[in-house]
Amino acid sequence: MNFRKYLVLLAIIIFGSCGDVLLSRGMRDVGQIRLSQIPHLIPALANPWILLGIGCLLIFFTSYSTALSWADLTFVLPATAIGYVVIALLSHFFLHEQISIQRWLGILLIVIGVGFVAGGPHRSDQTEVSDDVEAVTDASELYSGAGEGRS
Amino acid sequence: MKSFYTWASIAVIVLASTGGDVLLAKAMSKIGDVGLIRQEHGMLAVVRRVVSSGWFALAICCMAVAFFSLLFSLSWGDVSLVAPAAASLTFVANALSAKWFLGENVDRRRWIAAVFVAAGVALLAR
Repeated sequence: MNFRKYLVLLAIIIFGSCGDVLLSRGMRDVGQIRLSQIPHLIPALANPWILLGIGCLLIFFTSYSTALSWADLTFVLPATAIGYVVIALLSHFFLHEQISIQRWLGILLIVIGVGFVAGGPHRSDQTEVSDDVEAVTDASELYSGAGEGRS
Repeated sequence: MKSFYTWASIAVIVLASTGGDVLLAKAMSKIGDVGLIRQEHGMLAVVRRVVSSGWFALAICCMAVAFFSLLFSLSWGDVSLVAPAAASLTFVANALSAKWFLGENVDRRRWIAAVFVAAGVALLAR
């Protein structure tokens, strides 16, 4: 993991959660829409909060795809789950929603879960090549070390 | 009967969003480190490789199905059950399918992380 890769994970967390909160803020202006009123969603696209939210989610999707190009899915998903905590905190301070004890407990569990993967390797050796597990691990460590040296 | 439909819609959302994540992971790991590709061949090469990937197109389709089935089930289902149940089950389903379909080495550390995060999301989204 080098600095650039940590930045990509940070972008997933920040733009994913900001995108959701901005969409939620925008939909508050638009109001409730039933499934039979889907065309009513089109004027919602003119709402600045929703436009900002969509922009954030586009950046989120690009960073998410980028992370998956060099890390395992089972690393990226838990590592970026801290975004749920960011959403809860943003909706508390920005949308003024209440956080119950149950939600604080949820936040605590997510933080513990993230701690478990954050210290581990971001790309595991694949099980198909388990015969040469040690050789592969060594090679990938050398490779990532070289990458860190370069940037 | 309503609870059957609720759980059926949760199952569809979990399957579609897990499918989307796994297919996207498959597409991107086949393409390779896009940072390195950009350094060597430029941004256009990255876009060309991503857009021409069949796995990527399939992933987008699955994600669209997941998004619209979530939207659909939220319009009549029990929001406080559908959203947290779908999000947290997706975490566990992703760990299972990453092991089976992507051959990722899901060790004890990653299992614990997936279970803790899934439980946390279930509590948080309620």
